[in-house]
This record gives sequence, C-alpha cells and structure tokens, in this order.
Amino acid sequence: MRRLNNKVALISGATGGQGSVEVKLFCSEGAKVIFGDIDDEKGKALETEVRNSGGEATYVHLDVTSESDWQKAVSKSVELYGKLDILINNAGVLLMKNLEETSESEWDFVHDVNSKGVFLGSKSAVSAMKISDGGSIVNISSIAGLIGTAMAPAYGASKGAVRLLTKSIAVQYGPDGIRCNSVHPGIIKDNPMGEKVLQNSPVSNDQLLADVPLGRFGLSKEIAMGVLYLASDESRYVTGSELVIDGGRFAK
Amino acid sequence: MGRLEGKVAIISGASSGQGRDEVKLFCDEGAKVIFGDIQDEKGKALETEVRNSDGEATYVHLDVTSESDWQKAVSKSVELYGKLDILINNAGVFLRKTLEETSECEWDFVQSINSKGVFLGSKSAISAMKKSGGGSIVNISSIAGLIGVVALAYGASKGAVRLLTKSIAVQYGPDGIRCNSVHPGIIRETGMGDTLIENLEEDYLSDIPLGRFGIPIEIALAVLFLASDESSYMTGSELVLDGGLVAK
Repeated sequence: MRRLNNKVALISGATGGQGSVEVKLFCSEGAKVIFGDIDDEKGKALETEVRNSGGEATYVHLDVTSESDWQKAVSKSVELYGKLDILINNAGVLLMKNLEETSESEWDFVHDVNSKGVFLGSKSAVSAMKISDGGSIVNISSIAGLIGTAMAPAYGASKGAVRLLTKSIAVQYGPDGIRCNSVHPGIIKDNPMGEKVLQNSPVSNDQLLADVPLGRFGLSKEIAMGVLYLASDESRYVTGSELVIDGGRFAK
Repeated sequence: MGRLEGKVAIISGASSGQGRDEVKLFCDEGAKVIFGDIQDEKGKALETEVRNSDGEATYVHLDVTSESDWQKAVSKSVELYGKLDILINNAGVFLRKTLEETSECEWDFVQSINSKGVFLGSKSAISAMKKSGGGSIVNISSIAGLIGVVALAYGASKGAVRLLTKSIAVQYGPDGIRCNSVHPGIIRETGMGDTLIENLEEDYLSDIPLGRFGIPIEIALAVLFLASDESSYMTGSELVLDGGLVAK
C-alpha cells in the first residue's frame, strides 16, 4: 500500500524546485494534491505532466501572502475531495544580503513570504483539518532557522519565526489531532534557492563542503522524503519537532 | 519492494518491547536482521516467529556491555551476509530514582547499558560499515536526553547518547556512515513505558498536546525512516517523537 493513500494534500510554492519534487512524490504515493504558486504557466504544465503519468494533481494560483488565495486553495480541496489532511508550507524566498545591505522593504518582503505566508496558510488549513478530525502541517524552515548565518539575516530571522510558529501550532492544535512539524534543510544543490546560495556565497563551495560531514550538498528528493515521513500517518506521534536534513553540518 | 530491501541490520535489546517491533517491521520491509538481547529464550521464540512468517532474522546473545558479544554479533552479520548496513542501538534500562536515592552502583549500571552499550556497539559496527562503503546507526535516546527529569541517571545517560550520536556523525560522515538519535516520549505497551505510566500523576496527559501516550510501532516507523536510504542526507539529527511534550 502506498504511503499517502486516501490523503488530500495542499503544497505551496510548488511549480518548481523542491515543491515540484514534493508534488510528484506525493502523487506517486497515492495522495490527491492541490498545489499552488504564482507562476501559472509552469503550474499548469506541471499539472498536465503529473496527470499524464497517472497522478492526481490540481494547480491553483496561490500567492502565499494573500489570505483570500489561501482560502480559495483550501476551498478547492474541500470542493474536490471533501477534506484536507496535509498542508506543506513550502513557498519561500532567499535574500543573500547582510544586515546593512538589507532595506526595510526587502526585510518586509522576506518575512511576508517566509513567515506570514506560513501563518496565513496554517490559519486557513486548520479549520478544514478540524472537520477532517486532524491533519499534518509541515513547514519548511532551514538550518538558517537554527543557527546564525553571516549571509542572510532576514532569511534566517524569517526561518526562526517558522520554527517557533510550528511549535505553537503543535501545542495549540494537538488536542484537535492536528500535528505540525518543521523541516530544516542544509544546502540543497538541485533547486534554484540552493544554486543561488552556491553562486553568491562569500566563501568557496569547497569551504562550504568542508563544514558538511557527509561531504556533499543535498538533493531535493532527500528533503521530499523527510516531508513525506512527516506528512504521513507514520509520524502520527510526532508534533512540534524539527527534522534537520543537512548532511551533519549543524551537529558540529 | 520493501523499504529495506538488500539491507543487513543489527538491533540490540530486541527480544521484547520496542526492539521486537523493530525486528518485525524491518523484516517486513525486506531487511535481513541479526538481533540480540540477554533474554535468550524470548529471542529464540521471536526468531522462530519471524521465520515462520517468511522473515529473515537471526538471534544472537548480546549483552550490550560486553565488547566481545558485540564483536560476535557483527561477525555473525558479516559471516551470514558479507556486510553490515544498519545498527539500531535499542537496548536500554530505566531507573526512576532521584539524585539522593541513586546509589553509585545503580548509576554505573544505567550508564553502562544506556551509554557505554551504544559506544561499544557503534565501535564494533563502524569497521564493518566502512567495508560496506557506509551505513546508518540509529541510537534510541529519549526526551529525557533533551530536558531535565526526575530519573536523573537515566536522563544523563540519554544525554550522553545524544552527543555521542553527533560526534559519530561528524567523525564518520566522510566514510558515508550516518548516525542519528530518536527521542521518544512516554510509550505504553513497553516494559519501560508501562512502569513509568503506573507511577505518573493522573493529569500527566494534559502536558502532551496530542493527549495520549505513544505506542512502539510509532517509534519503529521513525527508526525505519532513519535506517533506510530515504534519510540519506540526515546525520547528527534528533528525531523527537513525544506527542508535542518538548515543544511546550
């Protein structure tokens, strides 16, 4: 039996990179997936691709900073399948600027997408999940939400906010059977955000790798497998936890 | 295809309780399992049970405080299957005593099983894993290895496991050997959990956001994830399974 049979999942930021890998993996594990993003053309193309390979995925326009977009996405899930079991708050932006270079408007933009987006998504999903007698929310934070980084203070702060928002949701909605956990990837090489880190890092890629015990950067699929575990009923006693997937960098 | 197809695993403390669930789950997922304990009769019975349902499991006598027992267990794995991919350091003992109640000999006993047992097991497994081109070690710690509890010798031993895990991860990452810890909350249906629950205050469940105790299969499924190649970029990490207790 597949690991997400009969589950309905909503995934944000999912037309490319990490999110699109999650959409494909979830469909191959039997989930029905609603996925959103702001690039409608790419979203429609992914929808077609997944359906052609026998998966069940539906694209919706979803700007994670818009509460009404979130409400429409959750409504779509309820309209199509009568429920929502899983929310993956995957959308995020990276700003590679130090404190003095970061403008107020850049700070606001990063926090709107990375932190407020998770707040709005979770708020919209929780009411539908209560009706389904529970659910699983997985928030993509970062190792930058656990330790300080020299190159992205606004990003790190927003990911730190996600880490604690996750724990508050876990504590508050545990009695409703709603679980909420965070995933903390290290540097992932095969997605646009990871490529941006590798291109703009003030230190060389070799120096970055020297800090990683496994001696390599991660792959989107490796993050998606962690998300799958947390989304599925296999992790039904896990809530408020942090899954660090970073090749051991943070253990040092 | 099983999630551990082609893998060879050693599991300690596995004649009963949570270890027993891990043996069965790993065999269901296609692994070949060597499992050890000091309860030989129960171990042999589990071996028969698993084999009768087409699983491949072999019992060995394994006192985790004995380096020679560990070496024999690892040798058995290499002798039968030519390699070792996975080690689950599951054996553990619980002592519910405060600082003043704990004798020196009780302290030593708890540390020797819970902490030194993990050291000896990991040390014995590493050389075989290096030859296999890598491996995955999963150490069962506890939420008592993250936060303070009354059972202080137990907590200290589990805190040691947490950091031993990270040191192994850092040191053997370049050899492709991963090492992660699992931190269960209170798990019923195990000898350890049931003893604890009997002595808890009645309103303890109100501290757990999910409002219930865990069960062994929930831990085993996490151990499976960390043992398998699905977690191939995870090392030095902590997987907390406690119904939300530590998040508060």
